[in-house]
Formats: sequence, structure tokens, C-alpha cells
Amino acid sequence: MTIADIPIVHQPGPTLTRRDFASDQDVRWCPGCGDYAILAQMQRILPELGVPREKMVFVSGIGCSSRFPYYMNTYGFHSIHGRAPTVATGIKVANPELQVWVITGDGDGLSIGGNHFIHTLRRNVDVNIVLFNNRIYGLTKGQYSPTTPYGTRNKTAPMGTIEGALNPLSVARAAEATFVARTVDRMVNHLADTLLAAARHKGTSFVEVLQNCNVFNDGTWFHVTDKDRQADNVLRLEAGKPMIFGQDRDKGIRARGLDVEVVTIGQDGVTEDDILVHDPSAASALGYLLSRMTYPEFPVPVGVLRQVKRPTYEEGLVAQNEAARQRQGAGDLRKLFHSGDTWEVPEDGQ
Amino acid sequence: MTETTKRGTPRASEPAGPVVSGAIEVESLVIRFAGDSGDGMQLTGSEFTRTSALMGNDISTLPDFPAEIRAPAGTIAGVSGFQVNYAGTEILTPGDTPNVLVVMNPAALAANIGDMEPGGVLIVNADAFTDANLKKAGYDANPLDDGSLDAFEVIAVPISTLNQEAVRDVEGLDSRQRPRSQNFFALGLMFWTFDRSLDNTLTWIEAKFADRPPVAEANRRALLAGYNFGETYEAFQVRFKVRRARLRPGTYRQVTGNEALAMGLVAASERSGKTLFYAGYPITPASEILHFLARMKNFDVRTFQAEDEIAAAGSALGAAYAGALGVTASSGPGIALKSEVINLAVMTELPMVIVDVQRAGPSTGLPTKPEQSDLLQVLFGRNGESPVPVIAPNSPADCFKAAFEAVGLAMRAMCPVYLLSDGFLANSAEPWRLPDPDGLPDLRFDHAYDPATFAPYARDAATLARPWALPGTPGLEHRIGGLEKRNITGAVSYTPDDHEQMVKLRAEKVERLTDVIPPQQVFGPESGGLLLLGWGGTRGSLRSATRKAQAAGLDVAHTQLRYLNPFPANLRDVLQRYERVLVPEMNSGQLALLLRGRLGLDNIVSLPKVRGRPFTVSELMRNIHELLAETAPRSVRS
Repeated sequence: MTIADIPIVHQPGPTLTRRDFASDQDVRWCPGCGDYAILAQMQRILPELGVPREKMVFVSGIGCSSRFPYYMNTYGFHSIHGRAPTVATGIKVANPELQVWVITGDGDGLSIGGNHFIHTLRRNVDVNIVLFNNRIYGLTKGQYSPTTPYGTRNKTAPMGTIEGALNPLSVARAAEATFVARTVDRMVNHLADTLLAAARHKGTSFVEVLQNCNVFNDGTWFHVTDKDRQADNVLRLEAGKPMIFGQDRDKGIRARGLDVEVVTIGQDGVTEDDILVHDPSAASALGYLLSRMTYPEFPVPVGVLRQVKRPTYEEGLVAQNEAARQRQGAGDLRKLFHSGDTWEVPEDGQ
Repeated sequence: MTETTKRGTPRASEPAGPVVSGAIEVESLVIRFAGDSGDGMQLTGSEFTRTSALMGNDISTLPDFPAEIRAPAGTIAGVSGFQVNYAGTEILTPGDTPNVLVVMNPAALAANIGDMEPGGVLIVNADAFTDANLKKAGYDANPLDDGSLDAFEVIAVPISTLNQEAVRDVEGLDSRQRPRSQNFFALGLMFWTFDRSLDNTLTWIEAKFADRPPVAEANRRALLAGYNFGETYEAFQVRFKVRRARLRPGTYRQVTGNEALAMGLVAASERSGKTLFYAGYPITPASEILHFLARMKNFDVRTFQAEDEIAAAGSALGAAYAGALGVTASSGPGIALKSEVINLAVMTELPMVIVDVQRAGPSTGLPTKPEQSDLLQVLFGRNGESPVPVIAPNSPADCFKAAFEAVGLAMRAMCPVYLLSDGFLANSAEPWRLPDPDGLPDLRFDHAYDPATFAPYARDAATLARPWALPGTPGLEHRIGGLEKRNITGAVSYTPDDHEQMVKLRAEKVERLTDVIPPQQVFGPESGGLLLLGWGGTRGSLRSATRKAQAAGLDVAHTQLRYLNPFPANLRDVLQRYERVLVPEMNSGQLALLLRGRLGLDNIVSLPKVRGRPFTVSELMRNIHELLAETAPRSVRS
């Protein structure tokens, strides 16, 4: 039997439920870890996509987040540190029919795998990258990561880090990503919606999930997840809607020259018309500025920051191969061997 | 200097024969073209070679170019060379010593004169021997005048002046472009002297420069002018002719190792019915494989120029997981970067092929010079117990077969396989007898499909390979990764028994490839005083030296190892039958170390060479003589 003989199921069969996506493995993250919520929301949204389970592949690198594929009853590849985007690219290019997810973390995706991260985004391979950002190395027990804020004390920085942190959304935007989003482990419905939007985007989707490591970095996103402060500290971006936030829905984001600022509607003559309206397809620098808004000067923006259409890498590759086949005819080994100058040595050897 | 200073007879490998229709027949000739890297010497050499091949000679070539694209003009660092050996008999090497050296400037003379033997012929572009150029090449005095070349037959020709004259009237050619055709003048001169037809090159010029008619015209005129200069000039009245070779009947073409390797991969793709996914990152001397395969789009070859060496390996492994033929290639420094991914392939037991076109190291080393010093890296340069099969092609054309075979071995054992080429094989060319595509082995693969019987790490009873279950197959959803696991189920496991069992299984699986690896054959006596044992690209030199030794009545046999891991099953038996086994290799003795360590042999004599150049037949002969003189006289047969 060859690959061509494998029966292909065209009907998705019975409708799948979240339970169909849970593997038989015991989940071994620390009790209380934010990863549980992400796993649950992933298993919740996948049945909605109508993609057969066997066509889904979860690829990961190394770290706590990267145990994710073991808990998903799909095809799964737990690869090596930082390299998941490379493995995922090979899978997608070899078989564009597959829906490919990359599960990574701030250390795996932005430190050791930073190069693959930016190049996958710029190529626009149609894979979905979900980065669990807990601003710490958890599996190796508490070293600072590339997203750890300057000055934070931890095992490898007992007097505080002296490295600047990078902003995953800005990096993704600068790497020409076609889909850039942020969500939060504790905002479960928002998390589910964001994952769904990422899955449906054609091209590389990048989702940063602000995730709590309750053992080594507990409360790193407390300003975002704390129910009492969430409304004032979080800006929910929605396409076509004004960027308004706050307990009383009276704060907003206004453009000021080449920058943005937080204003209060009703004060100093500010009206709702002054507030910026979110457009994920905007090519302007203002779109980029959204990724630069950081707490506490600004609310933390969540939602889809950017979504634009661009041909995917694998589409381009398949189209070129098809065009070559149309032009030159299907590959023929005999023709290939005989290309260039050939000569005959007859039977008599002369 | 505008006149010929001397006239000589090329000293070929056989004494000059009778004059046949105005040409002296010789058995073989070695010609080296050398000039500034901007002088077009690679093109001149390859055109001479192509014509010789089309005229029925056996050929072997060796380009030698600097690592810098354009080193300062006129300096020794910028010298580029191309050597061709062509013959009426079977030849296996590009030749040790050029019979004829064509030099376009003083730097080319300085860089190459050391390789010439007394009596050799020098054809010199006398116009280039200006004070400035002499100084750049490190000459205090002009060697054409000071008697330092008296041991050679020097023919000084004002090539630049004659070329300028020939192309002066070409319309649309500016003064900057005029000197560019002087390599064609030199080529025309060679075509006359060595009785080659102009037709192939004339046709080639027309096609190559079709969009630049003035350049085509200049090159055409220069070629003809060179040829006619030879015909009319008194110094070139005697010509040399090499008979057609008696090759095995069939259709032939010229092929370099990198071209043959790329075609072997395409052939394996066609014969397996699998898409070829080839990922690479630009690196000398492996890049040509990517260039070649990027043009094979009508075969649905999917090439991927990755962001780095690691991504190239990772994507090839991902493609293999998804069911393609996953291949990545590099040279030593890049291979070092890929090793973690290769270990992941070992652990996940997925088939992939890693091509290492070796170059001289360590580190960046000598990027354009060949060496065989990655053998221990590919065998042992990974963490943990990590067995990987290694196959090393032994001639440019053999790269085709070896690439095809590597794919077959990878799928048989479900593991990564190393294809160990080198910069010499990659760039040198020889005639390739075209295979019948339908006669190539069938590589179609039986993938897992039945959920009732599937287990991710179940074992084939004969090969111990695990099933290859492709994403997209309903009911076979499973997880794999770099963590140690339990046999059959593939569940993650760190127990002592499971780890020990898996380490042994991965090793045994590779070892069992000896079931399909042919036994090692020897050329010459089955036992006796001395066996020359080489591996990879040194075959030509070793076989030539062995023939020469045997012709001199010496008790010498030769064998070339193609499979470095696992060794052929009979290798130890074969090597034990000789008093001494001489192991020439272009490293510090890596195979010798393996033979002593793995086979426990004490008759191994290492012959290391780390000069960034292939072995010459004469240096091998010298070592054979020395070794046989040391051993008891009974080992020398008369």
C-alpha cells in the first residue's frame, strides 16, 4: 500500500466534541497553571472548525507549553527547543491540506527560536503560532526570559535583570506578520474567540497568550486579570469599534501627532469622535503603535491587532510548481538525464 | 615580447607516437588553465572539457577557485584554475601534473608553476607580464626573461594584443568589454594545438550570448583568431591528438558530483512516488544542489531556502513526518548546526537524508578546498547514543547512485542517513553512462493505515523499522517527540529498561542494514602484502596508483569503502587477509581510527593528507614503495 491507496475520508463523520480532542494522557502541568485554560479553550474551539481530527497537527518546541501536543488527540510532534516553526513549515509545505499549530513559549519562541519565529512570519506559511507568555522559564525553574521586565529579580538575576524585554507583538508586526493578536489565559471567552480567529486566518497567525506561572512568576499579569482592575487596565480591540475602555467606558485612545494618548471622554472637550477606531488592516504606523502601548502608561491591548491578506508561502510554491509543469510538462527522468550534451558509445566501443 | 621564445613537446603519459595526419597521437593529456578569477578560466576549461567529451574521450576535471568572488586583480589570492585530464583510455583522476599549463598573468604562473615537472609546456599571455603585474605576483624580475623557466618549454604569446586586434571592429563593443574575450582566444589556440573541433563552442557561444550579439561576435572572433593563430604560426606546427576512449557502450553525458547527486534525489522521488522536499541554506560547496533542484519544479520538487541551517534540517524533518522525501544539505560548519535536529530524527525514527559536501575545516576553514574530515563528526557529533548510517559516493557519477541509495536506506531503517560527499566530487566532472529510469529500484513505501493494528513504535520483524504513519490518515492520531519512550506504544518513558531497550533497538536497526549492503570487493589479489583502502572521493587516485603498482609487479590490491556505517559484513575478514592495509584519507586518520577501534585490527597504516588537495597518484606510489620496502621482501611479487 502506498500513500495514494490510503482511504481518504471526505465526510467529517459525526460532529466532534471537545472530548474528542482530549488524549488519554494525564495532564502534568502544575495545579493552577494558566496552561490548563488554554488547553481547555483549544479543545472547545476545534470542533467548530469542521476540520477532521486527523488533519490537525500540533507541533511544539521545549518548555512547559510545549507539552501541549501530548494532551491533544490529534497528530502531534514535540520537537526540540525553539525549532517548532521549522518542523511546522516542513509539514505544511509537504502537505498543505493539514491544519498546523505551533505551541511555544516566551523562551522557546522568542529566545532560542527567535530567528525561526520572525522568518516564519515574514514567509506567511499558513500555520497558527500560539505563544504562552509567562515572562519566565518555568520548566527549568525560574530564570528570566526575553519578555521579563527590566529590573525583575529572579534566580539568574538576584539583583534584577539588566536586559531590556522585547514585546512579542511589536516583533511580530515588524516581521511582517499577517495576523497578530493577544489574549489572556483568564479571559476564557476572549481566548476562545481569538484562537478561532487565528485558525480561520489564511497565513501565519500569531497569538500571544498572557499566561500565569503560579509557581515561578505568580501574578505577572495580575494587573490584567484582576477583576477589579481589568476594565481600567485592558483595552479590547475590535474591528470597526472605537478604542474605548475603563470601568465607566469613558477612557479612550486618541492620536496625537505621531503618537497616541489616553484621554477621558467628556473632559477637555474630548468626544467619542476623537477616539481612534480600530482597523486591523491599517498599514499605517498607528497600527504599529497599538503594539507599543504598555502598562501602566496605557491599557494592555488585547484582541486582533492586525489582520491583512497576503499570499501564503505554500500557495506560492505549489502555484510555481504547477506553472512549471504546465510549461515544461510533468517531470520525465529520461528527459532530465538526457538534458545537455550527450554522446553515444556504440557496441564496438568506437 | 611578441615572439615565441621556445617550442616543446608536451610530455604525455605515453611517449609521443607517430604523426597521424599532422598530429602526434598521445594516450592522455592533462591541461590546466589558470588566470585571474575574472579571466573566465572556469568557462575556458569547461568548454575544452565539453568538446573533448563530445569527441569521445574519457575525461576527469578539477576546478580550483578562490574563496573570494573577486580578490584583487592580478594577485595570487585571485588566481582561478581549471584542470582537465582527457584520454583514449579509462581515466579516474584529473591527473597529478599538468602536461600543459596555460597562464593568463604572472600570478597564475606563480601559483601553479610548482605543480609542473621539468619539460612541461607553458603557454603564457606575454602581454600580462607588465612590471605592475609582476610586482603583484611577487616577482622581482620577469621570469620570461631571467632564465628561471628554462626547465620548461615556454610559448609566450601576446594574447591580449592579438585578441584586441581580433575584436577591434566588432560593433557595439566598448573598450571595457574588448579584453573580456581573451579567454576565448586562448581556448581557440588550445583547440588548434590539441586537434579539437570548434563547432561545439561556436554553437554554445551563439546560444549563450544570444541576447548580447556584440559579445557573441567578439567571443566568436577571438576563438577563431586563436585557432587560426595556431594554424599559421610556426611555433604551433605540431599538434597532438588523443584517441577516443573505449567506454562501455551506452549514452553518456558529462556530470559533476553535485549535479549527479541532485538527479539521484529527483530519481528517488520519482521512483518512490514521493514529493522531494529539499531544504538548504547557502554554503560552499553544497549550494549548487539547491540551485539545481530549484529548477526541478516540474517534478514537483519543493525547495526551501531556510533562514539558517537548523531551519533547513528542521523543515526537512517536518516534511518527512508529513510523508515527503525530506532532504537537507550543507558542508561541515552547517552540519554542526543541524546535529540537534538529526538527533530528533534518530529519536522519532523518521527517514531523512542529510548531505554533507565536506570542505577543509575546522570552523570556516578553507571553504573551496576539499577534505574528508567530517567522518567522525557525522558518526559521533551528536549527544547520546545516536547511530546514523553513512554512505560515501566515490566518483562524481557515483553521487547519483549513492543519493538514490541513501533514500532507500533511510526508508528501510526509518532513520536519518548521511550522504558524505566532498568538494572534490561536487565540482569535478566525468562522463556518466545514463541509466534507464525504468530499471531503477522501486522505492514505493507501505505506509501505516489500519487503526486496528497500528502502534507508533511497533517493529518490523526483519528491519526493526517502526511504521511511517502520515498525518491525514484517519484513526492513527499519535504523538511523537524527542523524549525517550517505550517500545511499541511510543509512550514517554524514563525507565531504565525502556531506555536501554530503545538504545539497543536504534543501534540494531542500523546494523541490520548490512542485510542489503553488498559485501566489500577488492581489485587485485584476494590476499597478500598490501591493500589500499580508501573511502569516498579518493577512489580515482587510489585505483590509478594500484594499477600502476600492479603493472610494476607489486603485490597491491585496492578497495574503496562506500558504506562507513554500518561497515559491510565481510569487511574485517577482507582486511585481515593482507599484511598491511594502507588507509589514505584527506584528514588526520579518521577511518584508520575507526578500523582499529571498531574492528580491532593491528595491520592498519594511516596515510593522512590535510592540504586541501586530493591525493596524487605519484605520492601514493611513493608511499606504496616505502611501505613495501619496510615489509618483508616476500610480500613483493615479481
